[in-house]
Amino acid sequence: MAGFLLRRLVNYVVLIAVATSLAYMLAATALDPRSNYEGRNPRPPAAVVDARLSRLNLNDRTPLFERYLTWAGAAVRGDFGRTWNGDRVNDDLARRLGVTSRLILLGVVLGSVGGVLLGALAAVGQYGWFDRLSTVAAFVVLAIPTVVLANMLIIGAIWLNDRLGAQIFLVSGEVTPGLAGGAGAGLLDRAKHLALPTVSLALGQVAVYSRYQRNMMLDVLDADFIRTAMAKGLRRRTALVKHGLRTALIPAVTYFAFTFGSLLVGATITESVFGWHGMGEELVASIRTNDVNTVAAIACFAALAVLLASLASDLLHAVLDPRVRVG
Amino acid sequence: MSAPVLAVTGLEVRFGDVRVVRGVSYSVEAGEVLGVVGESGAGKSVTSLAVMGLLPRHARVAGSARLHGHELVGASDRELAAFRGKSISMVFQDPLSAMTPVYRVGDQIAEAVRVHQRVGRGRAAERAVELLDLVGIPHPRRRARAFPHEFSGGMRQRAMIAMAIANDPDVIICDEPTTALDVTIQAQVLEVLKKAQCETGAAIVLITHDLGVVAGFADRVLVMYAGLAVESGAVRDVFHRPRMPYTIGLLRSVPRVDTGKDVPLVPIEGGPPSPAALPPGCPFEPRCPVAIPECAAAEPALLPVAPGHHAACLRSREPGGPALAYDARESGGPALAYDAREPGGPALAYGGRETGGAVPASSPRPPRERRAVVLEVDDLVKHHPLTRGAVFRRRVGTVHAVDGIGFDIREGETLGLVGESGCGKTTALMEILELARPQRGRVAVFGRDTATLSPRERMAVRRDLQVVFQDPLASLDPRMTVHDIVAEPLTAHGGRDTGPRVRRLLGLVGLEESDAARHPRDFSGGQRQRVAIARALALEPRLLVLDEPVSALDTSVQAGVINLLEDLGRRLGLSYLFVAHDLAVVRHIADRVAVMYLGRIAEIGGTGLVYEAPAHPYTQALLSAVPIPDPGKERERRRILLEGDLPSPANPPSGCRFRTRCPKFRILADAARARCVQEEPEVRPLEGDHAVACHHAEEPGVV
Repeated sequence: MAGFLLRRLVNYVVLIAVATSLAYMLAATALDPRSNYEGRNPRPPAAVVDARLSRLNLNDRTPLFERYLTWAGAAVRGDFGRTWNGDRVNDDLARRLGVTSRLILLGVVLGSVGGVLLGALAAVGQYGWFDRLSTVAAFVVLAIPTVVLANMLIIGAIWLNDRLGAQIFLVSGEVTPGLAGGAGAGLLDRAKHLALPTVSLALGQVAVYSRYQRNMMLDVLDADFIRTAMAKGLRRRTALVKHGLRTALIPAVTYFAFTFGSLLVGATITESVFGWHGMGEELVASIRTNDVNTVAAIACFAALAVLLASLASDLLHAVLDPRVRVG
Repeated sequence: MSAPVLAVTGLEVRFGDVRVVRGVSYSVEAGEVLGVVGESGAGKSVTSLAVMGLLPRHARVAGSARLHGHELVGASDRELAAFRGKSISMVFQDPLSAMTPVYRVGDQIAEAVRVHQRVGRGRAAERAVELLDLVGIPHPRRRARAFPHEFSGGMRQRAMIAMAIANDPDVIICDEPTTALDVTIQAQVLEVLKKAQCETGAAIVLITHDLGVVAGFADRVLVMYAGLAVESGAVRDVFHRPRMPYTIGLLRSVPRVDTGKDVPLVPIEGGPPSPAALPPGCPFEPRCPVAIPECAAAEPALLPVAPGHHAACLRSREPGGPALAYDARESGGPALAYDAREPGGPALAYGGRETGGAVPASSPRPPRERRAVVLEVDDLVKHHPLTRGAVFRRRVGTVHAVDGIGFDIREGETLGLVGESGCGKTTALMEILELARPQRGRVAVFGRDTATLSPRERMAVRRDLQVVFQDPLASLDPRMTVHDIVAEPLTAHGGRDTGPRVRRLLGLVGLEESDAARHPRDFSGGQRQRVAIARALALEPRLLVLDEPVSALDTSVQAGVINLLEDLGRRLGLSYLFVAHDLAVVRHIADRVAVMYLGRIAEIGGTGLVYEAPAHPYTQALLSAVPIPDPGKERERRRILLEGDLPSPANPPSGCRFRTRCPKFRILADAARARCVQEEPEVRPLEGDHAVACHHAEEPGVV
């Protein structure tokens, strides 16, 4: 098993290097940081712009490959360079990674657990009222764009706040600036901010997982081994959970790891609607501002996130399905 | 007579509007074995699942099933769960899918213990090891930690039996427990079942379609047809004095390994009715050769015909019973019936060739040496590389699927290629069909070496070499009509105006002309296989390769297809390479037989010689393991039980490949053994048309 993971890890490192290099090349060719300076009023002299761009390793007059080598040399040491106006990319990203992690962690966990349970329940009562209801609900959520869903949640939360006359849900940002009170009050404030974005993320996840898990579970429900488990004397419910859900969970685990990885940079809309300054928002902003180094760094981070997630899914898979370990 | 442990009365099961089981009653006493036989769709499995309360929820069950007087039908899940696995347990057909893939075998057995007994984890695990030891799993302590996929089919079934007897049940229901297994493994598992019965004193309900298994194992028999019990009684009564025409037909349609071609198979016409569209009277009436008009009026009740013997047939109490009428009908023999139905005979229908090649059925065949060789295989080898790694693939071993086999087939002759699964028979067949240069050795079809064929010549040879596959549903395109299917080989070889030709071919295989417009799904299994045979015959081949052509068919239908193949072969002068695992079928159809073991030929020769005087210990064991549907004979036979499973073809034993399981090897002196270990036996001729690959074939065996 250890050998298997090591081999996987080596493969992943190669993949990350390739993906990041390609992303850098693409960003360096397509984005034009020079225009950021030239568009200023008054327009700075060309020599000054050139010198500044060269210092930031963003000068399009330096050959692409040369810039790439400079960038890659630093990136290998963990330094992703500077943004177009001279800030350190690393500091900026570290802060935003924290924000995004706090945002999506709870949503993804709630979404996947809820989705799996919902899907399994729906499958057990196939074509029953719960199955039909959850199917309709899942498709409604899937059909509504995230931005609409998030704004509907905000409207609903404000209405509720007004009706109750208390600020139960806070709809913008991560914390209330300048909040008085101790750690307890701070934590409560964070929870109030977190509730809505978490629900918004979780709903989408639940919808996807429940469909997925329902099909997995249906495959397993008619399996002979469920019948064997019941023939041993297990109650139907026990047999379904211990032998059915356990087996049907294996594919969902793979899916879980990948959603987690891709949401780290993909929760852009949720972040901007709720005013959280996370990775997704930063990616869009950096493309708009021709920030080559930040784009490349985020691409590298995204690749890392997906591949770490896939490593985690390999591990989880091996835990759930011992055949992987021995065979 | 003691009180029955399990008494089923008037059990009915319906799925929606379809009544699948229509009032079945039986009872079993402690220590008794009840065999339930019938074809697929007869309702055997559904009956037993209804008793266990394991049917899907949309099934509606009525009637009564009492276990020690406790009513099981309609009981809640909680009540049933208390009985299941404790007083009544079950062994299922497919042992691979019947075990949860992600739990260790030992844990699954321990779970069965812990559900009903208040014991700790450690004690339950101990008990699981004891049970595995009891059912004959070697190294039980180590094997208990294995996962189901690491077990072979036979071992999984043993583990299932271990699970079933974990709580010392009073009734064990076995649903086709050996159907998915090879005969030698089947013999082992039946032995384990007997042992399990001795150990627990349980009553056994043995559901099977194999009459031989019932003959050897059951005390009483219940014959089911179309959701009804149509005959029941002591095993000797039912087998020797059957009173229901269906039972009679079933017994006469089963090929037997102890009788050759001299006892013709009598197929039952048609196929089992669909439970959704049952005939109004006796469900067997449309197929019954002795039906009288009253039969179509009402369903006959299951009435006593002799002490302890019941049958559901209006004519069962006539003097002599339906069997007499059966015999009267057959005075001309089946051949007569064939001739009567086909004026001019199939040869005429076959097309222009009967003037040339076809051998008239009546004239004696010239001796084997004077007939032309149609297929010659010499030292054929097919090895598959075993590789590991995704990025850097490297070879870590070799699967010796076929490892140097040789045989020849002469004109008008049938060679049966038999062996257990994994012995390489299908691989050998595919290598021959490839018509390419083999990895080693030589294949010559109609005297032409396949290694030297040009693509054009290969196409020409394919005209004369056709194939019929095992599963007719999978090998026929569901979207094509029968006409298109049968005409396809003709058009592929440039034929035009295929209509008349297809009609003749359909007539040849016993189908109607109007069937040409229908699709494969409209046919029963036997009819589909006839379509596949018609397709194979379309190009008037001289050699037909048949890969398990009847193993997917029900017994009563199987006989019809075997007879058809025999008849066609005789009349059209066809040669067959008939690959099968069923030794009884092969005995019926083959002139010569080759027995394969682990990619090598163990024994080859005339069917009579090989079956009557098998020289190879493997052949002897194989033949002794095939159950005979005759309770008298079956119980007197001595069975050679082989130990263990087939070794992996990736790592065959040195010297003689069979020595690890050979019963003779065990009784040999050390010096004689050394030869088996060091020297691989070549196929060497014995007297007559008989050759064997065993160093010690002449020495007296264990039989």
